[in-house]
Amino acid sequence: MMTCQTPYILLLLCVGVSAVEVQRPRGVPLSKRQFYEENKPFTCLDGSRTIPFDRVNDDYCDCQDSSDEPGTAACPNGSFHCTNAGFRPGFIPSSRINDGICDCCDTTDEYNSGAACQNTCREMGRKERESLQKMAEITKEGFLLKQQLIQEAKRGLEDKKAKHSDVQISKKDLENMVEALRTVKETAEQPEKEAKERHLKAWEDQKAVIQMEKDKARMTEVFPELDDDADGFVSVAELLSHSELDPDSDGSFTEAEAQGLLGGVDQVDAVTFESVWNNIKEKYISESNADTPAPVETPTEEIREPASDNDSEQYPEDDIPDEEEEEEEEEEEEDDDQDEGDYKSPPTTQTQEKKDDDDEGTMPPYEQETQNLIDAAQKARDAFDETEKALREVDDQIKNLEKEISFDFGPSAEFAYLYSQCYELTTSEYTYRLCPFNRVSQKPKFGGSETNLGTWGHWAGPEDNIYSLMKYEHGTGCWQGPNRSTMIKVTCGKETVLVSTSEPSRCEYLMEFISPAVCQEPPNPDSALHGHEEL
Amino acid sequence: MATFTERMAPVLVLWLAVSLSGTWAVDKGNFKTCDQSSFCKRQRALKPGESPYRALLETMELTNTRLTLQLINDNNKVRLLLELYRLQGNITRVKINELKPLKLRYEVPDVLIRDPPTEPLSLLSQDENGVVLSLGAESQRVIVSARPFRLDIMEGREVLMSLNSRGLLAFEHLRMRKDTQADPEAEKKEETDPAKQAETAKEEEEKVEDGMWEETFKSHSDSKPNGPSAVSLDFSLPGVEHVYGIPEHADTLRLKTTENGDPYRLYNLDVFQYELYNPMALYGAVPVMLAHNAQRTTGIFWLNAAETWVDISSNTAGKTVFGKMLDYVQGSSETPQTDVRWISESGIIDVFIMLGPTPKDVFAQYASLTGTQAFPPLAAVGYHQCRWNYNDQEDVTSVDAGFDEHDIPYDYIWLDIEHTDGKRYFTWDPHKFASPKEMLQGLMDKKRKMVAIVDPHIKVDTNYKIHNEIRSRSFYIKNKDGGDYEGWCWPGSAGYPDFTRADMRDWWASMFAYDQYEGSMENLYTWNDMNEPSVFNGPEVTMHKDALHGAWEHRDVHNLYGFYVQMATAEGLIQRSGGVERPFVLTRAFFAGSQRYGAVWTGDNAAEWDHLKVSIPMCLSLGLVGISFCGADVGGFFKSPSTELLVRWYQTGAYQPFFRAHAHLDTPRREPWLFGPENTALIREAVRQRYTLLPYWYQQFYHAHRTGQPIMRPLWVEYPEDPATFALDDEFLIGRDLLVHPVTEEGARGVTAYLPGKDEVWFDVHTFQKHNGAQNLYIPVTISSIPVFQRGGSIIPRKIRVRRSSSCMMHDPYTLYVALNPQRTAEGELYIDDGHTFNYEKEFIHRRLSFANNLLSSVNLAPDAQFSTRSWIERIVILGASKPSKVILKTDDGQESQLEFDFDSSMSVLTLRKPGMNAGVDWNVMLQ
Repeated sequence: MMTCQTPYILLLLCVGVSAVEVQRPRGVPLSKRQFYEENKPFTCLDGSRTIPFDRVNDDYCDCQDSSDEPGTAACPNGSFHCTNAGFRPGFIPSSRINDGICDCCDTTDEYNSGAACQNTCREMGRKERESLQKMAEITKEGFLLKQQLIQEAKRGLEDKKAKHSDVQISKKDLENMVEALRTVKETAEQPEKEAKERHLKAWEDQKAVIQMEKDKARMTEVFPELDDDADGFVSVAELLSHSELDPDSDGSFTEAEAQGLLGGVDQVDAVTFESVWNNIKEKYISESNADTPAPVETPTEEIREPASDNDSEQYPEDDIPDEEEEEEEEEEEEDDDQDEGDYKSPPTTQTQEKKDDDDEGTMPPYEQETQNLIDAAQKARDAFDETEKALREVDDQIKNLEKEISFDFGPSAEFAYLYSQCYELTTSEYTYRLCPFNRVSQKPKFGGSETNLGTWGHWAGPEDNIYSLMKYEHGTGCWQGPNRSTMIKVTCGKETVLVSTSEPSRCEYLMEFISPAVCQEPPNPDSALHGHEEL
Repeated sequence: MATFTERMAPVLVLWLAVSLSGTWAVDKGNFKTCDQSSFCKRQRALKPGESPYRALLETMELTNTRLTLQLINDNNKVRLLLELYRLQGNITRVKINELKPLKLRYEVPDVLIRDPPTEPLSLLSQDENGVVLSLGAESQRVIVSARPFRLDIMEGREVLMSLNSRGLLAFEHLRMRKDTQADPEAEKKEETDPAKQAETAKEEEEKVEDGMWEETFKSHSDSKPNGPSAVSLDFSLPGVEHVYGIPEHADTLRLKTTENGDPYRLYNLDVFQYELYNPMALYGAVPVMLAHNAQRTTGIFWLNAAETWVDISSNTAGKTVFGKMLDYVQGSSETPQTDVRWISESGIIDVFIMLGPTPKDVFAQYASLTGTQAFPPLAAVGYHQCRWNYNDQEDVTSVDAGFDEHDIPYDYIWLDIEHTDGKRYFTWDPHKFASPKEMLQGLMDKKRKMVAIVDPHIKVDTNYKIHNEIRSRSFYIKNKDGGDYEGWCWPGSAGYPDFTRADMRDWWASMFAYDQYEGSMENLYTWNDMNEPSVFNGPEVTMHKDALHGAWEHRDVHNLYGFYVQMATAEGLIQRSGGVERPFVLTRAFFAGSQRYGAVWTGDNAAEWDHLKVSIPMCLSLGLVGISFCGADVGGFFKSPSTELLVRWYQTGAYQPFFRAHAHLDTPRREPWLFGPENTALIREAVRQRYTLLPYWYQQFYHAHRTGQPIMRPLWVEYPEDPATFALDDEFLIGRDLLVHPVTEEGARGVTAYLPGKDEVWFDVHTFQKHNGAQNLYIPVTISSIPVFQRGGSIIPRKIRVRRSSSCMMHDPYTLYVALNPQRTAEGELYIDDGHTFNYEKEFIHRRLSFANNLLSSVNLAPDAQFSTRSWIERIVILGASKPSKVILKTDDGQESQLEFDFDSSMSVLTLRKPGMNAGVDWNVMLQ
């Protein structure tokens, strides 16, 4: 049979020392009490119809807006008001009335379900007050810290601006110096170049002579080899036994071709062979040593190649490099400089020496005069490079300063102190690292490479509180998924600490970060709890 | 849950990279075509014509229960034994085995619920050409023709079905391997000329035919120690143009002819990103086909668990409507006919011919063989929230809270494989799920439940109790060399328990005991995935066919594996409660009879409109073969749905039997409230519609359980004489009274629903607008529309007070929707029980509600049953009514009272206000 229930609840309200009874239908908030007048016809709150008062809370839905059943589950979209004396009042969907689950801390939602609910309002109220108080204290202290942060940021900004103009000046100086040293360098390099070219030319000439002699000696060896019948002539037939000499390398070495090689005659003597030798020496394979052909190589081109794979100017342009990266970069820069310095100096690398040994021997050392010119030019180059490097560093410094100065560190730059800091959190599996305004990363605790969870994107909080969320994006890609990204939820606290991390969706991370920088001016702590209370 | 991610062991990632090559579709190359399956190729190469089989009539023996007869293959003189049974309920069973097989051939156990009771056969006539037997009392006969052997089942002068009429009976007898007699190595040594040697080898192979004794697919070889063992038989269905069933395929409801492609394949496989509208095998197999025409429905149940292929051909296929009309006006003599042919790799021929004649009869006949749908706990009929994976307990808590915050009901939250400790099932990740009981208690406090996955692959790890126990009891499936079979799956190297063993299943069931399965509680239920079984590094991602289940090869039992896994798991859930509580187990792989153990879903679909559409024919096909508790992953498993697709999928899923949202690990989160307030409201509304209809759904499950009738039905099941319904698969019925045409087109502005029945009227359940039957109705739709109609002549109970979960609605009152037909009558039922125990066998309320002559009454259908409910009737809505002057309620204690009512003349809807009687008692309401 249908359930019976009391349509009224008796509310005992403690206001000061006096007790007042307020009668109203179950589930109606005080603010709407005037619409539910006992024994008068009830008009649905949307005005759609009027029903006798005994149909309010009679467990049948008469009003389309559900207003006739505030205290039963009869209407589909109704809401039930729990007074929750001792705690905060609230509304629950009326579908939670008498469903056997305790929703209101004052147990009023379960008046007919048999659910054994405990009134927990007082306890909850106490806990909430405690935590509110704690929060208020934290907020208060945090807010004080925030003021300091703002002051520091202000000073920092001024420092940076001052530094910026200082550095601008030294940049000018450096620029002038670079220009002056460039002239010095170029002046010293001209005679150096000429002297080196002279030296090189002499060496090449000498090499040519040596080469010619070697050629001749080889020819003298080859002639008897070719002259199989030792009649003092190399004939077409004798030549034909060396199929490698086939001029068009088409696999058939014809007599006509051989004759062609011999200059149109059938045989040549040792003297005439000299002109023939020039045509065949590149291809000729010695009979005594047929599998080690010694084609004449010209390693000269290779000598010019610097033995480095990073001759092109690679200048890393990470926006805000963290410390480690900065160090790496500096090292790279030094490497670059070295390469540039090497590029016109005489061959000194091991490979080159070895190659020279193979063939015509080593280029003789520079004469003293040339060496002096080289030393002078090198000195000028070094001076120029060093100054130019200094200029680049200053440029970087300026860039970084400008970036920092214009960066959005919050309305009063209260987040500026996080710049170039990093915070870590270690879980059972990973160490997470947040470097605010730079990047977020994850590294397995027990070995394995670091994963980029996103680089600084933008502030991403709701419009009224944009600085409560940081978004880091474009991290390492996921298999069949998006690039990793991280949201950092910033909450108020005295310390600056990364407190939690989760991956609510695949490759989308959420971390909680505490910082005084988001602490709001604390409201009056008493009004926090009682402000919304109906009592 | 599915196949591969980067979280797999590195080896598998590599495998994945190679095999998937980054595309979003099935890699067909991973799965065999008929040509790549040697027995299918061999059998399909046989052409119709004179069958070599001859019935040896002199061997005939007829007893009271069966006829036996020997068949001889005149080509090789091998004899077969034919057994013919007349089974109770108009079923004929035909069994063919070798008369003297070299060794026993596999006969599928455990699928039939009992030895089917027989009825006597009698001999009508006999001569040298054949015999005629009477099939019981009706005018049904079986004609056994001797040369060639053939069976014709007749009713009157009409042939209902013929067997071997095309002469495609083939029975590969077991034989000794000939080429093993000689030492092939020695032979080869004699042959010095390599060219000649190759030639000889080739000749030899051709003699035994390719793939008879060994077969290689990709890098996997199948040793086939028993050689060829396939069986095949053809069936002709005169007068039939529509055949259905043989799930699981991602295809239309009406099966297509297969002459121009591969046959439909039945071989349980873990298919990564399956493709739609083709005959490829999927996760489950039910070798049951229904044939239907306007006069009769019949069925063929081919009881064989080996890899099976089904060819379908038709003499009318390809004919246009015009062509058919031409035939008609010209009086073409050719009657339409469909021919089907079944081919299985091993086992015997054991076929049940279900002779209808109505669809309901066929369902009852099939149910009498393999049982009916398990009656699930009521909560399982509610909404299920799943994702691979809810990360940790906190995530579970917050998703649970999200449902409350957004006032969306749900009953089960699901945990996929990541909840375990390193994919060791029956365990919990010690960090992410450190206190499972606390989590489960939290859900229980809200009257909600959880499902956790338990897959059948067991991590090979000597520190894992389950593995150690299985190994020490020697319960693992063995490889061909006798060692424990090991394959790769989620945990890395894994063993596969031999679920075909009853002692193994008993042990497995015992692992679900609360003291064995640590962290489990009574509101924790189970999901069996990957039970095809899935073996990442096996042939076709499954087990090697030469693996051993005791005396039998995996080849023989493959399609049964998933069936057994779910059977053992369901038994475990029953036992843990001492036989009191109904289990709930979801499975991906299934076979005939799987309906007895729980629910199935259509596996790893994708967030695409076509996948939403195909969910309807896929579940309809399953329903036709007994498996009613079917659903598709709402939203689509792979990929990320558009908001519109997600909303439409919820709207569709809310009207399908198993209603679960699920998503791949790598997809963005998609809990219902993540797409803005409008979409949250749309999804909430769809889920709420489901919950208001739970009494009706539950009643359908009760019926399915009692009778084997499908819950989600093709229209032709209820309107078997209306050819317009025969191929419809974009709309369906729930029971017989609700017609649903979900919106499954992107950007749809309207749908055209066929409302069947020339004597029917249909009421739009949202507007109460009345429509006549036998018409195509265009329904304009918006994003909030779910076109659903209630049949005039029906009474549907609902619970309008939607709460957090089904359990919270237990005692709530009912609203009865009485939809009048043109004769101003209506009938319906009300079924109530405790919602979760086996007590329903005795303790329930089952009432007939009927409206006639302006009298609505509730009559007890089960006077012996005991149950009392707190639920009452809060409202009666009569659609198509006229305005009464007064309405009187008469309760069984003789009390009369006048009811208040409201009449909406524009829609002819009469609403009776708060009659208030208990739902479990007799009452009458009179309209005067």
